[in-house]
Amino acid sequence: MLKNYFKIAIAVLRRRKFFTFISLFGISFTLTILLVLTAFIDKVVGDSYPDRKRDRSLYISRMTEVMQQDGTSSGPVSFYFLDHFVGSLKIPAALAISSGFSGTNTYVNNKKIAVSYKYTNAAYWDVMEYDFIEGKAFNKQQIDNADKVAVISEDMKNQYFGDIPSVVGKYIEADNVKYRVTGVVKNVPITSYMLFSDIYLPYTVAKTDFRKDKGYRGGFFGVLLAKSTGDVSRMQSEFNAMVRRLPMESKDYKKIYCHADPYIVSYVDTGDEKRSGVMLVLSIIGIFTLLVMLLPTLNLVNINITRIMERSSEIGVRKAFGASSRTLVYQFIVENIILTLLGGFIGVILSIIALHFLNSLNLIPNLVLSINFTVLAIGLLVCLIFGLLSGVYPAWRMSKLNVVTALKSQ
Amino acid sequence: MIRLQNIEKVYRTDTIETLALNSVTLDVAKGEFLSIMGPSGCGKSTLLNIMGLLDAPSRGMIQIADKKTDNLSDKQLAQFRNKTLGFIFQSYHLINDLQVLDNVELPLLYRDTTAKERRMLATEALEKVGLSNRIKHFPTQLSGGQRQRVAIARAIVGKPDIILADEPTGNLDSAMGNEIMDILINLNRNEGTTIVMVTHDENMAHKTHRLVRLFDGSQVQ
Repeated sequence: MLKNYFKIAIAVLRRRKFFTFISLFGISFTLTILLVLTAFIDKVVGDSYPDRKRDRSLYISRMTEVMQQDGTSSGPVSFYFLDHFVGSLKIPAALAISSGFSGTNTYVNNKKIAVSYKYTNAAYWDVMEYDFIEGKAFNKQQIDNADKVAVISEDMKNQYFGDIPSVVGKYIEADNVKYRVTGVVKNVPITSYMLFSDIYLPYTVAKTDFRKDKGYRGGFFGVLLAKSTGDVSRMQSEFNAMVRRLPMESKDYKKIYCHADPYIVSYVDTGDEKRSGVMLVLSIIGIFTLLVMLLPTLNLVNINITRIMERSSEIGVRKAFGASSRTLVYQFIVENIILTLLGGFIGVILSIIALHFLNSLNLIPNLVLSINFTVLAIGLLVCLIFGLLSGVYPAWRMSKLNVVTALKSQ
Repeated sequence: MIRLQNIEKVYRTDTIETLALNSVTLDVAKGEFLSIMGPSGCGKSTLLNIMGLLDAPSRGMIQIADKKTDNLSDKQLAQFRNKTLGFIFQSYHLINDLQVLDNVELPLLYRDTTAKERRMLATEALEKVGLSNRIKHFPTQLSGGQRQRVAIARAIVGKPDIILADEPTGNLDSAMGNEIMDILINLNRNEGTTIVMVTHDENMAHKTHRLVRLFDGSQVQ
């Protein structure tokens, strides 16, 4: 029976090539968009390099201060706030502090290289688990001494030094200052914006002394590490209590909001206390997915109705010779699933090509997207949903067709 | 084999009511070859469709192979048609996307048969109509007479007790029409299949056991 359905499905696809093209294009193109999107989300959300202890970490990304008059002021926190107030908490095992990355240019053989750099404290290297290709991180002693040392990314090493086996001990120049390389780490994609950089420097080598600025907001991020996952909620409570006790920076402010949140919540924090960033992102993804899927599904429903009605004589014959309405619904759904799986297969191939193309363009530094089994499973599931959604209604309509009317239509 | 009692068929639209069949009573005996004649629009095909359970009468009783059919569900009707009835249509109604063998196998798809059995029975049916050398062809590669022979093979493959043929020679020239008629006569004579045939052709009708004439939805002979 299935073989017969398969034969007829293929024959129908070959019969009206333009319709088939439209159907397959709709399915495969939609699937490609969804697969690329899920590959992106999977990479951004699912990849836990270099913060592999996410389950016992809380991220501090921004602070919002509410003014006496209407209005709020919001942005990343300062080194002082992290070091002085957050650093005084008792429950955390460690506090990683790093600045957001800044850009500068450096030159190698008269060739300009764009460089991102950020400052970190010593605990940053204990909290994070960067993969060192060679060398190691700078230590507390070097930070206290304000030694001009640096950890660089693999990508930076290749761009600046070229293809040589070891660069530890060599000097790299950025912003007219030479830094001695202590280690080379595997690249971090820019989508991990709190952790990404080409060059990591001790916070003490910056031209401005971050410790002197007593403001609460600056350009820094913090990551609190608990001793165990059981301590995370206690650590969060202690943080919240500290924020509640925080004196206002000036008379202009009446309220301070600052959160230590799990990775995802912190990643999409909008600074808006009334609207959750997670809900906002989920809503955007949901609406996007719905729109992307809804249009081709409606299109397929329409095409399927036309195609099925063209086959009303066949429906009449099948009914006359013993097919029940249910059998016919089953047949047309199977045919449609064959069509969507075919579209899905093309979609997967297109996605591989699209991801390869996106990776080679290097639009987002160090972000290497790939199709993995999760994405593939989502893709296949999407295909089946497509097949069912676009097949059920036309099949049901067709199965209700009167035999005599169906036979007369030829 | 077939018993129709006071069959009425009324087609209704918002404004018009058309009486297609008016109190038709008809008995067809087992093994009989009956032809139905009448002018266009007199209700011949409607009567055949009602006998074939493809259409329901507005009033009256149908009994086929000793079974009353008024209360059968969609699924039961489908099963009953599959086991008991075979259809031959004027315009063949073959599925052009399927090869001859697959077309003939079609009624067996809705039964509990294996692919091997289906293949064997379909080949056997095609041999009976002299088309065993065309099993891999598509319907569009065949002549009208050959297509109708495929349709006959499809109608007999499930070994039904009754065959209902709606102008089976209507689209064919007289030579091909006679060939098809000979196949039907042999089928009736050798296999004992009950056949009801609608036709416009007096010559064909006179080759059958009995002729029923309809006029304006009523039986006149």
